[in-house]
Amino acid sequence: MNAAYVILAAPLLGALLLLVGHRRLLEPLAGWIVVVLGFVSFGASIWVWISLLGRSAAHRSAQLQIFQWIPVDRLHVDFGLQVDPLSVFFCLFVTGVSSLIFLYSIGYMHGDPSFARFFFYLSLFLFSMVSLVLANNFLFSFLGWEGVGYCSYGLVGFWFERNKAAVAAKKAFVTNRVGDFGFMIALFLMYEHFGSFNFTRVLAPLAHGGTLSAGFATGLGLMILLGACGKSAQFPLYMWLPDAMEGPTPISALIHAATMVTAGVYLLARSAPILHFSPTTMWIVACVGITTAFIASTIACVETDIKRILAYSTLAEIGFMFLAEGSGDFSSALFLTITHAFFKALLFLSAGAVIHAMADEQDIWRMGGLRKYLPITFGAFFIGYLALSAIPPFSGWWAHEAVLEAAYHKDVALWVVGVVVDGLTAYYMSREVMLVFFGRARWKENRPNPAESATATATAPQGYPPEAAHGAAGEHAHGEPHDSPWTMSLPLILLAIAAVVGGVIDLPFGGADFLTRFLAPVFPTSIVPAYPLATGTRVAIGVAGTCVNFIGLILGVLAWRPGLPRPSLEPGFFRHGWYIDEGVAGAVAGPLALAADSVAYDVDRGGVDGFVGGVAALTAATGRQLRRIQTGYVRTYALGIGLGTAAILIYAAVRVGS
Amino acid sequence: MKVPADWYLILALILFILGGVGLLIRRNVLVMFMCVELMLNAVDLTFVTFARTLNDLGGQAAVFFVLVVAAAEVVVGLGIIVAIFRRRAEATADDVHILKG
Repeated sequence: MNAAYVILAAPLLGALLLLVGHRRLLEPLAGWIVVVLGFVSFGASIWVWISLLGRSAAHRSAQLQIFQWIPVDRLHVDFGLQVDPLSVFFCLFVTGVSSLIFLYSIGYMHGDPSFARFFFYLSLFLFSMVSLVLANNFLFSFLGWEGVGYCSYGLVGFWFERNKAAVAAKKAFVTNRVGDFGFMIALFLMYEHFGSFNFTRVLAPLAHGGTLSAGFATGLGLMILLGACGKSAQFPLYMWLPDAMEGPTPISALIHAATMVTAGVYLLARSAPILHFSPTTMWIVACVGITTAFIASTIACVETDIKRILAYSTLAEIGFMFLAEGSGDFSSALFLTITHAFFKALLFLSAGAVIHAMADEQDIWRMGGLRKYLPITFGAFFIGYLALSAIPPFSGWWAHEAVLEAAYHKDVALWVVGVVVDGLTAYYMSREVMLVFFGRARWKENRPNPAESATATATAPQGYPPEAAHGAAGEHAHGEPHDSPWTMSLPLILLAIAAVVGGVIDLPFGGADFLTRFLAPVFPTSIVPAYPLATGTRVAIGVAGTCVNFIGLILGVLAWRPGLPRPSLEPGFFRHGWYIDEGVAGAVAGPLALAADSVAYDVDRGGVDGFVGGVAALTAATGRQLRRIQTGYVRTYALGIGLGTAAILIYAAVRVGS
Repeated sequence: MKVPADWYLILALILFILGGVGLLIRRNVLVMFMCVELMLNAVDLTFVTFARTLNDLGGQAAVFFVLVVAAAEVVVGLGIIVAIFRRRAEATADDVHILKG
């Protein structure tokens, strides 16, 4: 059990080592330190997991104290760890996927001048993420929450010399602030109502027979949801995630697909005992999830940037997790979280290998026919594609069907939209695969992009990893793309295996639902009631959903196999992302900028400056008049003193006399 | 013959007015300075008169203080006057109005 300390300590040690020694620890040593410590953290997670399995289900929750943090009056907040199935589940896949992506980054970031800085952020990110999920109270968790936010900011803007990256980093940070505001209000409410942030004081009584008024639970739940929406990029705070693709690809895979963006899913799952008391909040969670999934899927159908398509699919997948949580099926949400971590990390890493091989080209219209040149990458991407498209028997299919069953139980309408989103996912992923790996090798033709669009601008960073990262890259610029070094291929292969067989951790039949049973102590039936669906119904909705997936897949293949632009299938409304981003920008740039201008020029210059200037002018004018009294003649002063004294004396005489 | 206290007070009043008017109308710094001394002495005279009539030593004690302060004032004042005359021989008080606002 004490290995839980190691989960936390290893990445912290890595971050500290790189912080003090980043000038001396050069490539690739800096990377290997972080990779090894990442694997140490992963090993410790497995150790804790095994020791948890050795206990009976009722005794799988423990708190480890590190030290007392805030002892004020009746408020006591500790740096303490909560070791239970939920936190260990998150630790396992976070440290596991992180370690593989760290390994991949050694190859990907080869030759970058800020190699050590990159790995410092990675290590700090892992530390923040595990403290987020391992904390035994909401405040410590919030600290990790802010830590991952900071690392995300630093890594999205890692190539801050590029303006787009710097802007995207700011956007991510500011949007997250809005969500954090909700989380902080939730913390205040908790302190006010429970007088504590500790899970055992706040959540445990609620999970075991306590009550909470529906109104308070709704308020608290909505604030928690706002926080989760910011971090997990859900509607309406989702705009930052596609822009965050400006960061290096391993970051997109790790932070903006597999781990950090699932922090909101973790927070909602952790707060299940609170949400249970507010059906309204549960409904809103489900609706937020399905809305995000639908909007994101439609945008992904027309996106032309290899990474932004995956970013929108991430939004949709997290929307599905929210949908499952809102439908009251937390273990399905977490099942999707872990399988999504596998196949989405796989997709991003293979997309990174493609970008790497194409010397930093990200526009899918400038690719094509790559399967012959990048066999390993193609295989990996294809597996991720089938898993994301929810094609049986890949891991994504099991998780999607579990989520859709929960949605069906909640409301048939949610299920219908969910199935449509799944079909769209299969369609746009087919489009991406067809345009990137099949058809003509358009990158050989030196002509302008046929589907030049406003949203897709694949800018090559000036002299960053592209050429440099490519080893003997100079002659490869117009040579043939090839697969990546082993540090990049090995994580791809391991993640591909996980993406194929990941479904076995929670099979819905034959008592093989290991994950659900493992998580059962965290979600007792008192707060997460089981929903029995007839086997016939389950098979029917499963078959119907799977058929839609296949239809989407086939349509996508048929439409895009020739590799020709089809403007009718790429409506501008979707290409502009439903105009939501532009709408927000317009709202901010229009009235808000006008208001800011009026404050700056009217209120500040006219009002505030006028007042200050007026006081100064009044003082000066008064002084100009009063200086006439100072004649410089002694007799005038003497007369003044005399008259003054006489006046005082007369006044005193009158007062005494009366 | 006992001189009535009123006479002393009238004398003091005359001296004070002489000093005050002299201070206001004369331009010679040294004369103005003497006028100030005249006013101080007029006040001293009233103190002593009242000390006598009211049989209170406090008045006489006050006079000692005034004398001491006046002596100090003479030292400072004469110092300033000497300094002025060193710079310009024919200076009146009105010529020295550089502190004019």
